[in-house]
Amino acid sequence: MSIHVLSPGFLTTVQDNGRGGYRNAGVASGGALDSYALKIANWLVGNDASAAGVEVTLGGVRLRFADARVITWCGGKFDVRVGGTPMSPGRPVLTRAGDELTIQRPEIGCRAWLAISGGVDVPSVLGSRSTDLRAKFGGVEGRALQPNDVLQLGPNPQRSRELIVALEPAREASWFAPPEWAAPATRAPVLRVMRGGEWLRFDPASREALLRETFTVTPHADRMGVRLEGPALHHRGDELPSEPVAAGTIQVPPSGEPILLLPDCQTIGGYPKLAHVITVDLPLAAQLRPGDRVRFELVRLAEAHRLLLRRERQLAMFRLALKMRSK
Amino acid sequence: MNAGAQIAIRPLGDSALIVQLNSESLDDIDEVLRVARLLERAAIVGVTEITTAFTTVAVFYDPTRVVVGGNEGLFDCLEAQVRSALAQLSTGEPVRSASDQEVIEIPVCYDHGYALDLTDVAAHASLAPAEVIALHCSAEYRVATVGFTPGFPYLSGLPSQLATPRRASPRAAVPAGSVAIGGRQAGIYAVSSPGGWHVIGRTSMQLFDVTRNPAALLRAGDRVRFRCITAAEFHAAAADSLPERAQATANK
Repeated sequence: MSIHVLSPGFLTTVQDNGRGGYRNAGVASGGALDSYALKIANWLVGNDASAAGVEVTLGGVRLRFADARVITWCGGKFDVRVGGTPMSPGRPVLTRAGDELTIQRPEIGCRAWLAISGGVDVPSVLGSRSTDLRAKFGGVEGRALQPNDVLQLGPNPQRSRELIVALEPAREASWFAPPEWAAPATRAPVLRVMRGGEWLRFDPASREALLRETFTVTPHADRMGVRLEGPALHHRGDELPSEPVAAGTIQVPPSGEPILLLPDCQTIGGYPKLAHVITVDLPLAAQLRPGDRVRFELVRLAEAHRLLLRRERQLAMFRLALKMRSK
Repeated sequence: MNAGAQIAIRPLGDSALIVQLNSESLDDIDEVLRVARLLERAAIVGVTEITTAFTTVAVFYDPTRVVVGGNEGLFDCLEAQVRSALAQLSTGEPVRSASDQEVIEIPVCYDHGYALDLTDVAAHASLAPAEVIALHCSAEYRVATVGFTPGFPYLSGLPSQLATPRRASPRAAVPAGSVAIGGRQAGIYAVSSPGGWHVIGRTSMQLFDVTRNPAALLRAGDRVRFRCITAAEFHAAAADSLPERAQATANK
């Protein structure tokens, strides 16, 4: 069965956990800008972590369900309702045929990820269902959702069918994901960074400025990256031959305004890399919207790894708890 | 010679590292490809993707899967495995050399409608447009890397007379197939995108097609030549454009 798009909002795309293995062809890894959020939402509705969901940017979305599904969402501070009833982030809810879901403009943050049991069933292109807006493939015809699009859904997996039974008649689950994963957006985000490859090419004042000053997100913000405004950051040395870059890389073009790269970024870049946002803080980066003010805090690589491994252990525990609940 | 001394390894965030070759030249593609091949062959546990760009090789990894031993940190353990895989680098075993590959020919129509900046390039080089076309078709190029957009090849080997600084203001949309010059490099816009390179023609070949395997027509190390075709040939080719590599792959 399917979802009918009544209003697609500002920019809504189909995304999954990304497209690995094609960087040599210049193809971005892409996928949900907060891969943790989509993974957790998928688990909560009984899907595999790799199922495709819907990434919502700045809300304005109205969808209608054609059959019974377990759904949930994670992301910024959005007002999300099913049939007029508010939905908390990270808490599974049962929808019935004809139910309408609305997502309003967020109070805090920028994006939300909606998981639907069965997943969005668009063709897999280069190993992923994610929409690559720049190269125009994947998702729904390589584009953002439009009014009257119909998203086909996969069949409800066994676990989801059990959840559908378990969620009658209350419709809302008694369990939920930790708020720090389901709703990570904050008013004054502090992103932890580690040194970039060209850290020492930047003058000491610029390095200090990155870690002391507040930067403002400019309107140049999309799935490829976020341009920041703040004290100009200066570096010495010649242009570099382009090198691989990754989500989280903070590169600084000659203008001195840093650009924080997100998962749809180019595979290579020639601007000096001042720093990298660590993986566990990419969910905060995915919530930055124009006008937001952001600060950076330096950590070492070993600390970034420690935090990432701890997050992974917590996720494994959470997954286990969800599985035991269904027994 | 100690191969380890010739390369530098540094983190690219917490889930990738960059192997920097001590190379003076942007054209030393074979060495970069040798490093990438050795790393692929080593099949280091936790490594998810290996990619090249000009003088660097990036190794993407999943920190949760990297094998860590003793009191060493995660990155040190991974770096040791990368260095060990590259110990063979100095033995000179050929991995893939330029000479044993066939040259991929790219047909290009240099007519006015497609050669948006041909007169600018000609003026900059103090040449007639026909001379620019002849020079562009005379050289053999190598794909230094693929990036910028999916399937976009950066080509080394541009005759030096044709080097032209990028346009002062980039175009909002350069059509797919546009054959272009940016500084000392040549390239081909594989998909329609914004761009600041000088467009001197268009090919009917599809540089990037997700329905094809591989999707990108060109990859790093490939040898490329351009061949001048007429507008009529261009339209005929565009009408039935099943690129050569797709056929070659299908025949394998």
